[in-house]
Amino acid sequence: MEKETIISFENFGFQYTAQAEPTLYDINLQIHKGEKILIAGPSGCGKSTLAHCINGLVPNSYPGKTTGALTIGGKNALELGLFGLSKIVGTVLQDSDSQFIGLTVAEDIAFALENDCVPTGEMHQQVERIAELVDVKQVLGHAPHEISGGQKQRVGLGGVMVSDVDVLLFDEPLANLDPATGKQAIVLIDEIQKRTGCAVIIIEHRLEDVLYRPVDRVVLMGDGRIVYDGSPDDLLCQNLLQERGIREPLYVTALKYAGVALTPEMRPSFLPELKLSEDQKAQVFAWFARQPAVKPTPNPEVLLRAEDIDFTYEGGHHALRGINAVIHKGEMLSIVGTNGAGKSTFSKVICGFEKPQSGILELNGQDLGALSIKERADHIGYVMQNPNQMISKTQIYDEVALGLRNRGVPEEEIRPRVEQTLKICGLYPFRNWPVSALSYGQKKRVTIASILVLKPEMILLDEPTAGQDLKHYTEIMDFLSELNRQGVTVVLITHDMHLMLEYTPRAIVFHAGKVIADMSAAQVLNSPEIVEAAHLKETSLYHLAGLCGISDPEEFTRRFIARDREVRV
Amino acid sequence: MTNLFNYIDRPSPIHRLTGACKLVCLITWSLAAMTSFYTPLLCVLTVAALILFRVARLRLKDISFMVGIMLVYILMNNVLIFLFSPTHGTTLYGTQTVLFRIAGPYVVTAEQLFYHFNVILKNACTIPIVLLFVCTTNPSEFAASLNRIGVSYRVSYAVALALRYIPDIQREFRDISLAQQARGTEMSKKASLVSRLKAASSILIPLILSSMERIETISNAMELRGFGKGKKRTWYSGRRFSKLDLLAMAVCVGLMLLSLALTYFNGGRYYNPFV
Amino acid sequence: MKKFSVKTIVAIGIGAALFFVLGRFVAIPSPVPNTSISVQYGLLAFLSVVYGPVAGALVGFIGHTLIDFSYGWGIWWSWVIASAVFGLLMGLSAKVLKMDEADMGKKGLIKFNLAQVVCHLICWFAVAPVLDVYMMGEPWDKLLAQGLMAGVANAVTTAIVGSLLCVAYAATKTKAGSLTKE
Repeated sequence: MEKETIISFENFGFQYTAQAEPTLYDINLQIHKGEKILIAGPSGCGKSTLAHCINGLVPNSYPGKTTGALTIGGKNALELGLFGLSKIVGTVLQDSDSQFIGLTVAEDIAFALENDCVPTGEMHQQVERIAELVDVKQVLGHAPHEISGGQKQRVGLGGVMVSDVDVLLFDEPLANLDPATGKQAIVLIDEIQKRTGCAVIIIEHRLEDVLYRPVDRVVLMGDGRIVYDGSPDDLLCQNLLQERGIREPLYVTALKYAGVALTPEMRPSFLPELKLSEDQKAQVFAWFARQPAVKPTPNPEVLLRAEDIDFTYEGGHHALRGINAVIHKGEMLSIVGTNGAGKSTFSKVICGFEKPQSGILELNGQDLGALSIKERADHIGYVMQNPNQMISKTQIYDEVALGLRNRGVPEEEIRPRVEQTLKICGLYPFRNWPVSALSYGQKKRVTIASILVLKPEMILLDEPTAGQDLKHYTEIMDFLSELNRQGVTVVLITHDMHLMLEYTPRAIVFHAGKVIADMSAAQVLNSPEIVEAAHLKETSLYHLAGLCGISDPEEFTRRFIARDREVRV
Repeated sequence: MTNLFNYIDRPSPIHRLTGACKLVCLITWSLAAMTSFYTPLLCVLTVAALILFRVARLRLKDISFMVGIMLVYILMNNVLIFLFSPTHGTTLYGTQTVLFRIAGPYVVTAEQLFYHFNVILKNACTIPIVLLFVCTTNPSEFAASLNRIGVSYRVSYAVALALRYIPDIQREFRDISLAQQARGTEMSKKASLVSRLKAASSILIPLILSSMERIETISNAMELRGFGKGKKRTWYSGRRFSKLDLLAMAVCVGLMLLSLALTYFNGGRYYNPFV
Repeated sequence: MKKFSVKTIVAIGIGAALFFVLGRFVAIPSPVPNTSISVQYGLLAFLSVVYGPVAGALVGFIGHTLIDFSYGWGIWWSWVIASAVFGLLMGLSAKVLKMDEADMGKKGLIKFNLAQVVCHLICWFAVAPVLDVYMMGEPWDKLLAQGLMAGVANAVTTAIVGSLLCVAYAATKTKAGSLTKE
């Protein structure tokens, strides 16, 4: 029996009023009740616009011209309008701090009910029920900053489920979560769907993470069109994902490198059920044996040394407990761990933003304790996650020159230094542009340039690639690797396991204010206890290595990464 | 929430009053204290305010910070008044009873002292009530209460949003300011005033512009969950008026009417013991 | 009264939160010992120009009330109202003078600053003292001196902070189409 269709696009197209070209062309898409769909695609492919069409933000908040037909719940979406659609489609936005509108968890879940004028008594009962469903009952009276990122997302989900919607739409649900919490979010979405029978639409470019639980269909978008609409297994057997700039699951890429011919019957979309024949396993093993061994990098001299750093915030939160760590000259290093594990606090201590109660911090053997924030910045540069929070000048040139001008460097010396830095960062052609004309990735470069111009020995970046698709991610990371090759020590604070594996030979893992591991990135991800404690996620390569009888999964991971970088460059 | 507004959750009759009731009481009480210069009434209000403070089971150490600021403020205000208008009392009350002379125009008169006494009383009877409101009303109830007393729910919700996002903006401000300091932005006394203001702007510009970008996302999130569709909305933290609420509001409205009556029917605004 | 759009409501809420944070936590040391200069009026002037008079008035009113609440020195309605009036007047003058926040050239900045000086004058020299004289029965001389200090300080901060904000905001509105790489 054909399932009931809840969303139907027919020859649908859309053009924003402010733009010269349509953003969506010829969209034909049916979504049925109870289906689970992943919509993937690189930035700018139109996937967000498609989502906005489904929840009514297009054309209500973002005006434009539609062609063709969009029927949701049997009615014309344009006639339903934003409020009509909000009864059918519940949207959980990417930015969980903007999604969380209420002063407390309970009020946020109740928000939609309040707008529907549900009487207060009844509202309290419904909020209880939903809170139980998404498991936030213990924190009903808490404010948004008192709960974890994962809980915030549960609240966001609760806040839309309270309206008994038929469709749940998630806009990049994994973007702000650490790997383990992201995994839990995917499990939760799966459970909720099974329990309520809602249709679920997940917009995400982190394909492998979404596929942690099976999806019914993947819709792949590119340049405003649907380029693929079908089962995930079929999709993974083709090369469409790479062509469109979406990262395949790592084990799939590894199988392809090994020359294994994938077929949908092997179930490549769901790792626990992946079927490999003995021949195929041998093929992977042989490929592994063929790849050259990866040489460990020699141990260089120490740049920064932290000894027994202890730090407690004013409110009494003991954030760092006896931290010992070393950063070498010229290395590229990841600092990982959950939110609140101490990694951000540690970076603040390094930059002098916070003063530790005890411990020693040395740079090139010299004590940093007496240096002010500004003086430390001559040696250690800090780049914030969101470039918009760093940029205070309107012109690129002025922004990059700011630090030098503040240090009283004469203007004739500033110009060559700024221009040279702009050249390194690939921004020289834009030097006379206003910052606002740049893309997000370019702005990120401006902020890095504004730090580099001070010639620090080390730069510290907070989540440099958060929310970026594969193309922009590669762009930013290759740029940082290039800087690293030129001798700058690069330290990354990150949630992204792949970034850590791919670009940083060494990782320091924080957990509950302590360093629980300091080893190679591949080693970290192949140690189940560390992965578990620090909310990381072991890579699927580990699983694949086991499946193929490879006894050294770390080395397998290293060789895969080395090969993958050659292929992608 | 971070206790910016010093809400102290402790069972007491005052805590049990609904936010809307307390808001009405706060407004009428302030009006009563503001309009009146009728000293006996101000005395009664002051004593009553202090008694209510006990009833709310607030302790001095809960609010020592706020009381400190308040005392400094009252002192400064009185010093300023005396410096600029040492004979204001004489003008008001029409007599001059010199107690002693300091120098030049600075004379201490009984009238001036009585005037200062009244100004302090006016502060003393309103400030505790504001503190009482702040300390005993859950911020979650602010918006519901405003809506209850007739403010449109949209404007009421703007207040709720302000309370919701103050901690976020505060945190962002701190982060941005540290990153700017690392780049050499200086706001200390070493720099000139204008360059200090320019330095401040280099922190404020990213803070404000990125907050403005957020406005769009938040309004989308709100509309997607049906905010603004109806003429009315209900509130999770809204509560019905109890008998005690009605009584409290009646007393406060009564006080306000009394104060107005005394001002208009008692032959002038100022209670004058000098004639 | 016309219904506010949801976006305006959010702008008022976030604006008031910003006003609060700036007024409460951003203190720039001033030349007078133990006093500091607050920068929130630069923000208020700017937001009023962008979001209009009613939004400006509400940002000033809500933001200032919350600051008074958090200090616990009572609510100084006269000054709260003066803040609200400043937002209102700035928003109105932006309409009357046809200020275009997306295009803040020299002319725009002159208009902005003329307007803000006049509005500050009205608020701190007329609105606040008149209300104080009535409500608190305080002497004129003292109130005028206070108003003078507040008005001048606020006008100076608005001139610098507000103008820089306007310029920065206008710059975000530039479109890439007009630019070429060199």
